[in-house]
Amino acid sequence: MFINFFQELKQANIPVTLREYLTLIEALNADIPQRKVEDFYYLSRSTLVKDEKNLDKFDRVFGNVFKGLENIEEIETAEIPEEWLQLLNEKYLTEEEKKQIEAMGGWEKLMEELKKRLEEQEKRHEGGSKWIGTAGTSPYGAEGYNPEGVRIGQKNNKNFKAVKVWDKREFKNLDDDIEIGIRNIKLALRRLRKFAREGAADTLDLPGTIKNTADKGYLDISLVPERRNKVKVLLFFDIGGSMDPHVKLCEELFSAARTEFKNMENFYFHNCLYEYVWKDNRRRHAERLNTWDILHKYSSDYKIIFVGDASMSPYEITYSGGSVEHWNEEPGGLWLERISDIYSNVIWLNPVEEKHWEFTPSTQIINQILSGRMFPLTLDGIDNAMRELSMKK
Amino acid sequence: MKFEGTKDYIATEDLRIAVNASISLERPLLVKGEPGTGKTVLAEEIARALDMPILTWHIKSTTKAQQGLYEYDAITRLRDSQLGDEKVKDVKNYIKKGKLWEAFESEKRPILLIDEIDKADIEFPNDLLQELDRMEFYVYETGETIAAEKRPVVIITSNNEKELPDAFLRRCFFHYISFPDNDTMQKIVDVHYPDIKSKLVSESLKVFYELREIPGLKKKPSTSELLDWLKLLMNEDITPEMLREKNSNNIIPPLHGALLKNEQDVHLFERLAFLARREDNQN
Repeated sequence: MFINFFQELKQANIPVTLREYLTLIEALNADIPQRKVEDFYYLSRSTLVKDEKNLDKFDRVFGNVFKGLENIEEIETAEIPEEWLQLLNEKYLTEEEKKQIEAMGGWEKLMEELKKRLEEQEKRHEGGSKWIGTAGTSPYGAEGYNPEGVRIGQKNNKNFKAVKVWDKREFKNLDDDIEIGIRNIKLALRRLRKFAREGAADTLDLPGTIKNTADKGYLDISLVPERRNKVKVLLFFDIGGSMDPHVKLCEELFSAARTEFKNMENFYFHNCLYEYVWKDNRRRHAERLNTWDILHKYSSDYKIIFVGDASMSPYEITYSGGSVEHWNEEPGGLWLERISDIYSNVIWLNPVEEKHWEFTPSTQIINQILSGRMFPLTLDGIDNAMRELSMKK
Repeated sequence: MKFEGTKDYIATEDLRIAVNASISLERPLLVKGEPGTGKTVLAEEIARALDMPILTWHIKSTTKAQQGLYEYDAITRLRDSQLGDEKVKDVKNYIKKGKLWEAFESEKRPILLIDEIDKADIEFPNDLLQELDRMEFYVYETGETIAAEKRPVVIITSNNEKELPDAFLRRCFFHYISFPDNDTMQKIVDVHYPDIKSKLVSESLKVFYELREIPGLKKKPSTSELLDWLKLLMNEDITPEMLREKNSNNIIPPLHGALLKNEQDVHLFERLAFLARREDNQN
């Protein structure tokens, strides 16, 4: 019945499945929408769309597929002018006034006049008998009395509401296309998990219980702490310039995955790692942290993730004083080497596509310093990166 | 059986359709929306409107799917067996029923609210697929199958902290409670405080929507916060005039603590207010 509609939704990249379509048909059979277009819209929306991001796309497709409905509604309105009258602003008109209005002329003349007055009129208008506005007797405008009237921007008309609901497109702001789904990323990050027993003893230790019981000759139950994840991560984000749009995405992804790690710290740097990093980008010049302090503070079992596009001038990596922002005593490359000496699990995630890497010398240099542990920021890349990180060395 | 909203709860047309579809087709209804738009209250109100018993299963980060079905307390049984307790002979004594089990057993068709499903582990919804689909599960310890006598109406709420798996979504109806517009908000306020002066309401709604428009707020105030604020305004006998006054010299709305819950937001607001006032004075 609505195969066409279903196909259009699929084409608009809304993840609809046959099962959901069948549910919709079932609901129609059960007479849930009471033969009202509006109800059908609500029903199909709640059956077929499962994420508020897709609501706006759905509205657009719906409007497109069921375009004709608008006209049907209008014809019905024209047939029952009595109902039309009930919706009026409870305004009583004398017979004389009514005649005056009817004397204005036919349809064509009305349209012509309308155009003229729209041009003349500048402000919003209410009442009166000439200007376009609300609650007046002019043939133009909403909620007024004129059997030949033309409706303009009428807010409370029930007959139009159905069409308007999806034309409003209230869910526009929720529509965003995240390339890599947060859920996928999290599943990839799960590879990092490393369980260890810590904390309160609250689970039954079966082998321990058997052993103790056999040793002592009576039932002796022993408990062990629950297994918990003990992965610790330091994140370094390149911020400023070309990386900014990516940083926001990455931060969201990693903070969404925060529960997966025991400890996670974020730091920011610009282009390449130097002697200072900072924790709050708004106060980057006021609250800088010494990179040495960080290397001393966090033990070598931390895993290091850099996120950056590694696109810069090669001098910024290889020479002292090469930084674009300040005078650096030691070259950035040295700092990267120090990091990979102290921490055995270091990776660099690069949002730039892998095929472009060879054209940027700085990317190659960094990749070399990290002995090829640079990965693209794609699902596959993250998967490989996490496998690299979880390796014991 | 039809849900039409209650005298305390304003349900929009689209919400009514979604609820009724989920009741008559016996599928779960997944409700999302900004915090404080009445997701949890919805289930309670449906229960009240249709006179059904309600069972609430609050999900936490440590909740496992199995806990909703039943839990087998092996440790107590092991201890009891040492003491030679008679109870030990019957394994049923050590099986604790979960919320799903209770819902399946209910004589009257119940409402089962699974609150904040996104708090749980990422695999949690997948573990409940079969149980919610077929409304039955198997108890390994006793070898019995528990099937629902009357399929419960399942309402699931989510705050979007985690994405839910597709297989799970396919089986649900979905409704996103969008933030109420001015008219609906007026109705909601009327329902909660029928004797409040209408001028005060319209002034405070104006302040409220202006506040929501401020870019960069960490947590936008929501319906429940507006209702709290109105209650405070009524208690303190703030007049509509005092609310309007803020445009001239006292720019921060009175009792703003009920609306802004985050000190950074308050700072941001104060700074903006200060700037606005300075501009006013210059003009």
